[in-house]
Amino acid sequence: MDAVLSIRDLAVEFKTDTGVTRALVDVGFEVPRGQVTAIVGESGSGKSVTANCIMRLIQPPGRIVGGTIDFVPQGAPPFEIVSLAKRDPRLLELHGGLISMVFQEPMTALSPVYTVGNQVAEAILCHRDVSRRQAWRESAEMFERVGLDDIERRMHMYPFEFSGGMRQRVVIAMALVCHPEVLICDEPTTALDVTIQAEILTLIKDLQRELGNSVIFITHDLGVVAQIADQVVVMYQGRVLEIGTVRQVLKDPAHPYTRGLLAAIPGLAPKGQPLATIASVVRDADIETPHPLRRLADGRRVSLPADG
Amino acid sequence: MRSYLVSRVLGMVPTLAVISVIIFTVIQLPEGDIVSSTLDRLQAQGVDVTEEYVQNLRAQYNLDKPLVLQYFYWAGNFLTGDMGYSYLFSRPVNELVWERLGYTLSITVSALFFTWIVALPIGIYSAVRQYSIGDYIMTSVALVGLATPPFLLALIFMHLGFEWFGVSTGGLFSPEYEDAPWSWGRVADLLAHLWLPMIIVGMGSAAFTMRILRANLLDELNKPYVVTARAKGVRPAKLVLKYPVRIAINPFISNIGLMLPGLVSGEALVSLVMGLPTIGPLLLQSLLNQDMFLAGSLLMWLAILTVVGILLSDLLLAWVDPRIRFE
Amino acid sequence: MSEAALQPTGAGPLAGVEERQAGAAISPRRLMWLRFRRHRLALASGAFLLVLYVLAAFCEFVAPYGTTTRNDDAVNAPPMRVHFFDADGRFHARPFVYAYRMEVNPDTWMREYTEDTGRPFPIRFFARGEPYEMWNLFRMDRHLFTTDAGAYIHLFGTDPLGRDMFSRVLYGGRISLSIGIVGVVLTIVLGILLGGIAGYLGGLADRVVNKAIEVLQCLPSLPLWMALSAALPVHWSPLLVYFGITIILSLFGWTALARQVRGRFLALREEEFVMAARLIGADTPRVIRKHMLPSFSSHIIATATLAVPAMILGETALSFLGIGLRPPVVSWGVLMFQAQNPLVIELTPWQMFPGLFVVLTVMAFNLLGDGLRDAADPYSTGGMK
Repeated sequence: MDAVLSIRDLAVEFKTDTGVTRALVDVGFEVPRGQVTAIVGESGSGKSVTANCIMRLIQPPGRIVGGTIDFVPQGAPPFEIVSLAKRDPRLLELHGGLISMVFQEPMTALSPVYTVGNQVAEAILCHRDVSRRQAWRESAEMFERVGLDDIERRMHMYPFEFSGGMRQRVVIAMALVCHPEVLICDEPTTALDVTIQAEILTLIKDLQRELGNSVIFITHDLGVVAQIADQVVVMYQGRVLEIGTVRQVLKDPAHPYTRGLLAAIPGLAPKGQPLATIASVVRDADIETPHPLRRLADGRRVSLPADG
Repeated sequence: MRSYLVSRVLGMVPTLAVISVIIFTVIQLPEGDIVSSTLDRLQAQGVDVTEEYVQNLRAQYNLDKPLVLQYFYWAGNFLTGDMGYSYLFSRPVNELVWERLGYTLSITVSALFFTWIVALPIGIYSAVRQYSIGDYIMTSVALVGLATPPFLLALIFMHLGFEWFGVSTGGLFSPEYEDAPWSWGRVADLLAHLWLPMIIVGMGSAAFTMRILRANLLDELNKPYVVTARAKGVRPAKLVLKYPVRIAINPFISNIGLMLPGLVSGEALVSLVMGLPTIGPLLLQSLLNQDMFLAGSLLMWLAILTVVGILLSDLLLAWVDPRIRFE
Repeated sequence: MSEAALQPTGAGPLAGVEERQAGAAISPRRLMWLRFRRHRLALASGAFLLVLYVLAAFCEFVAPYGTTTRNDDAVNAPPMRVHFFDADGRFHARPFVYAYRMEVNPDTWMREYTEDTGRPFPIRFFARGEPYEMWNLFRMDRHLFTTDAGAYIHLFGTDPLGRDMFSRVLYGGRISLSIGIVGVVLTIVLGILLGGIAGYLGGLADRVVNKAIEVLQCLPSLPLWMALSAALPVHWSPLLVYFGITIILSLFGWTALARQVRGRFLALREEEFVMAARLIGADTPRVIRKHMLPSFSSHIIATATLAVPAMILGETALSFLGIGLRPPVVSWGVLMFQAQNPLVIELTPWQMFPGLFVVLTVMAFNLLGDGLRDAADPYSTGGMK
């Protein structure tokens, strides 16, 4: 498999008043080039922390204590992300140039005191030596691609003059304007209402096909996973439980936790019975004891004991 | 923006009107008035005062009119630029005020700039390097600066100036320029004397501003829009200045308005200690001698100074922060 | 794994701040105390202020002398040092001071004091000394510490009339410290009343109060304080002047608190628990007393603490100018009035002790207030919005 990102044994700790919390424990998976990888899990499962590790955005009291993230871009020599020094110029290139990120809250992801045009064009000016005018023109093109109209006027407007959906389109334009090889979307639709969610999902998927970049899509919504993903990584309490194609994971989950997740979706469960809760599944499956990932015959990997 | 400007300027008018009523009331509070104190003085000198003379005197100052009418005479005269006559100095109030208002203004404004120049970089440094040794030193100094009354600071600085440089640090001019006409040399001499009152008056507000900026910036530093900007590859130094600082200084700008009354107060106090020819000492003298026309005009001018200053800071804020412009 | 692992405790900069679930069983007051205890500096400041207030409250007992007692042997004399070892290096369990030896400097004609090691004055604790009236109620003559008759002790030196600075600073502290508290109580009453009316009633009342706040915040306070204090009748008794000054200080001090109270009221009015209380038939006073006030009383305490320094500094400034409190009343400001000249720092720096106490007190109140505010609101870092 041609992997653009290979994550191995990633471990992150957070120092809190009560002690050290292990946010990630030996997380490892590959991100196949040109495909959409979804990371699914409940809140606190470590999916956002994983994304922030790839971007090296982990801030104290958090700390990456081990593991590697090998990055093999097409337009630049490959390098390892975890070991990059804080002031390494490759880190600036990585941010927004090679990998960029769309966040959950479009309401607060943009500074209220600059026009959206300014903030999108800045992404270009950070990475390429072009004139302001050129950056502005390319930004306008990207605005068009993400489906905004009346572009010249809109670019001169401030974020607070936009609706949530439009703001998220701006953030996506900002993320893609430098044509990164990997786009990380951290629950980009959670804060939006349902109709807008569908539009944004379609937009991300369409742009991915058009531009051919890889996408890491973080969500807790299995419906979204079914719509957008090629590959699925299921996480729970800072560990990877299951990795497989979207068809494998959703149709025939190997891990009891994944099965529990699926059973807890209203509409999928048999009618007339109380909806299953995650808590009950977790207790049943005794997934608290970690197991190393094991490769099954069909290529997927699962964190279960060999005889299970 | 224009409508905002117009509404703000128009909003000043009722504010100043209310302030003028307050000030008029305050200067009416002391027992007795200018006529009774004049009579006291005359009687003390052994001059026989006729009832008619008293009546004339009262009529001359409109004191025979009802209080409300007196207010309108006072306010009307003030508006036409006639601030009355100072009995204490036997000179028109206008002359006295114009002589000194410029110095008050220059000390206050320079103290404001001092506040900014000192508080801005230190506040940013302290927030970005939170819990570093530099941060601890700066926050401690700010804490002491905030707690030291300006007059104490003035005394200490004058003492140190005397001790270390052997110069007398009082006044705004060297003796040779004291009564000289304006020239470049006199301006330079003024500037050479201005820095000390500037620092003393500005110290408290600089400490206050630095603490607020630090706290605001700490709030902003981890906001999502900062992370977004970092994730798109903005260089660290530019990142801090363009994103969180830009937001964190907004309350900082609106605080200029709240700081001005404090600066004007501090200036009055420091001028008294250092013997500066500003409005402060004049006000104290006029209050102690019941020269109420003079006191009223001085209070009114200090109020106008702050109201205009607050207006300017609000306009600045609207210019810097689009959210206010669009409200 | 602990429950904390489920929470996005600090999962990157985007994670929201969430209170620990473990706090659910703790009362808000206790929670505030637990958070406050973490601020060591605030805790120390609180202790310092407590000691200071106790000393000031019992200053007749603590101070060895009254405010007007003069020692003609010690005019402008420097602070004495307390010794345990005498000139020969011998240890004494009872601490003592040495008498002053006065000499006139032949060049400057200034009196200069040195220690007369031949005349030690042992310090007597809880001994009889100068008689006084405790709180104007009981006649007493026991002091926390004093010396034998004929001897004297001046820990902070003496002023130009030979009066003991330590005693005067303590008596001054009683006035200055209490003005801070009385003034703040007045401020709170005004602030809550007006802010609450504005915030709860809204409409015209809100507009009037708001305009008043706006106007008052435009006024340079010190010049107006000056004008108002100058208007206090000369023949007023010290007590009346004291309350007059306190009222003057509060007249301009309530605006910040009122603005805060108003804002909280506006926000709380929309809260569901307030609506619920109203729907089950609670009348307005009950809603305010039982549901709204408790939910921001901690903020009021914090804001009030931060307002005390302004009062103390205001009194000091006015008295320093000679238009606030006047002798024979002793306050820190009145004591500073004597130190108007920088020469005082040069020649008799111990006259600045009242100033030092002002600075320390104001600092302590600021630190305490910061700590209380942080404890009252875990999200606040002291910023202003």
